[in-house]
Amino acid sequence: MNPVLELEDLHVHYGSIHALKGVSLKVFAGEIVSLIGANGAGKTTTLRALSGIVPCRGRISMNSKEIQTLPSHQRVRLGLAQSPEGRGVFPLMTVEENLDMGAFIYSDKEQINQDRDFCFTLFPRLKERRSQLAGTLSGGEQQMVAISRALMARPQVLLLDEPSLGLAPLIVAQIFEIVKHLNELKKMSILLVEQNARMALKFSHRAYVMETGKITLSGNAADLLSDDSIRRSYLGH
Amino acid sequence: MMKSAPLISFVILALMGLMLDQFLNPYLQRTMALVLVNIILAMSLNLVNGYTGQFSLGHAGFMAIGAYTSAYLSTHWVAPAAIVPHLLFFIFYSLVSGCFAAIAGWLVGQPSLRLKGDYLAIVTLGFGEIIRVIILNSSALGGARGYFGIPGPSPISFGGLALNAFYSFYLVAILWVLTCFFVIYRTISSTHGRAFMSIREDEIAADSLGIHTTRVKVKSFVLSSFFAGVAGSLFSHCMNFIAPSTFSMLMSINVVIMVVLGGMGSMTGPILAAVIISVLPEALRPLQELTGQDYRMVIYSLILIVLMLVRPQGLLGHKEIWNFWRKTRVE
Repeated sequence: MNPVLELEDLHVHYGSIHALKGVSLKVFAGEIVSLIGANGAGKTTTLRALSGIVPCRGRISMNSKEIQTLPSHQRVRLGLAQSPEGRGVFPLMTVEENLDMGAFIYSDKEQINQDRDFCFTLFPRLKERRSQLAGTLSGGEQQMVAISRALMARPQVLLLDEPSLGLAPLIVAQIFEIVKHLNELKKMSILLVEQNARMALKFSHRAYVMETGKITLSGNAADLLSDDSIRRSYLGH
Repeated sequence: MMKSAPLISFVILALMGLMLDQFLNPYLQRTMALVLVNIILAMSLNLVNGYTGQFSLGHAGFMAIGAYTSAYLSTHWVAPAAIVPHLLFFIFYSLVSGCFAAIAGWLVGQPSLRLKGDYLAIVTLGFGEIIRVIILNSSALGGARGYFGIPGPSPISFGGLALNAFYSFYLVAILWVLTCFFVIYRTISSTHGRAFMSIREDEIAADSLGIHTTRVKVKSFVLSSFFAGVAGSLFSHCMNFIAPSTFSMLMSINVVIMVVLGGMGSMTGPILAAVIISVLPEALRPLQELTGQDYRMVIYSLILIVLMLVRPQGLLGHKEIWNFWRKTRVE
C-alpha cells in the first residue's frame, strides 16, 4: 500500500542552524501517527515544512505526487490542513466566521454547512458559542476552533500541532478522544505532533521519536509505550 | 443592510448639502469639503492598515498621483459643457485618477507586500517620497511651483434656486464618500473581506487555510490606492492649486493618525476621527485670536495625546457607531 503522505530526507535551515537533518516518515490512510520529542527537536518545523510555511529541501509527496515546490495555499487544495501551534485562531472573528475561513477554498454552500454542522456535533461546545468572538474563548475551546477550522478544509491528512499545549489534563483527554473518534469515523489520516508523549502514544497507531532534527526511533505506538528507553526519556519513569 | 441604503443616504446627504450651501459661509464650506476628502482618505487607508493589518505610510503618494492626474486632465482635456453636464466630467476625472493610483498601488504592492510590519512601512514611505520627488522634478506638472488653475465644478441651479460652486463639488464628493463606504463595507462583510482580516489576525494560519496571502494583500492595497487617488482628485478640484510639498510624509502620517485615532478595523471610527482631525485645527482658531499667539497646534497635539492615553484602541475600537447606539437603547 502506498502512503498518503511521505517525507523523504527533509532538510530545513534557519539561517546557519540546521533544524531538520534528513527527516523521513510515512503516514498511511486511516492512521494516527504521532511525532514526539523534546523541545527544539524539530517537530513543529517538520509540520511547517509540510504545509509550506518554511522552505525545505527534500521530497514531500502526497498520494505519490510531489508537492515540495508548491506554495502553502495550494497544498491545502491537495488535502493537507494544519491546526497550527498555539492554535492561531482569529481572535476578532466569531467561532462561526473562523470555521468559515477554514472553508475559504470552497464555494459550495451546501457542503460547507454540512461540514460546519459536523464540527458542531464533534464539539457541541462550539455550537453554543458560535457567535462569540474566538479571542474570548478558553484555551480548550480555542483548540477546538483550530481543529474544526482545519477540518472545514476537508483534509485527507490532518496535521495537528501540539493540541495539548497549555490545556488542563481533562480537556487534553477530551480533545484526544475526539481526534480518535474523528479518525475512526471518517478514516482520516492524522499526523500529530506532541510533547505529551504518553497521551500521544496512547491514542496513535504508530509513532516517530525525534531528537535534534533527526528521527531516532519509530514503531508501533504500543511497543514504544512499553520501550524502556522511551519510558526513561519521555514518560518520566 | 438594505439594498437601497446607498441611494437613500445619497438623497439625504444631497438635501442636507442644499442647506449647507445656502447657510454656511465660504470658509466653512471649504472646511467641509476638506472633511469629505479626509473621510475618503481615512476609510481607504483603514482598509489596509485596519482591516488587512499592513502598515502603509505611502498614502500621500497615491493621493498625489490622483491629484495630478485629475489636475492634468481637467486643464488639458476641457469638458465641452454644452454636450455633457459639467459635473459628470468631474466624476470621470476622479474615476481615471483612481484607476491611475490603483495601477500604482498594484505596482508597488506586488513586490513590497511580501514584507511585513516595519519593513513594509519603510518601503511604502519610500514610495511616497519617490512620487513626490518625481513630480517635483517634472516641469509638465509645474515642478516645485505647483500646479495652478485647476478648475472646480461650475455652479448648477435648481429651478429658481441658484447654488454655489460648493454644491457641485459637494455632490461629487458625497457620491465618492458613499461609494467608498459601501464598497469597503460590503467587501469586508464578504468572504474576501474576512480573508483580509484573517491576515491581520494570524498570517500563518491564513496561509495554512489556503489563502494566497500576498494576492489578498495586493487586492486590499489596490482598492485602497484607488480611493486614495479619488480623494487626491477631489482635493485638487477643491483647492484649485496643488504643490508637491502638500503630499509629503506629513500628509500620510495625518491619515494614519485618523485611522489609529478612530479605531483600526472600525468602519465609522476613522470617519469620526477624520471629521475631528480636520475640524479641530480650525475650531481652535478663535483661541489664537484670544491669546494673540499660535498655541493652536500645541493644544491640538495635546488633545491627540490625551485621546490616545484614554482610548488606546481608538475612539470606537473595533466597534461601529451603531453598536454604541444599540447598547444604550437596551440598557
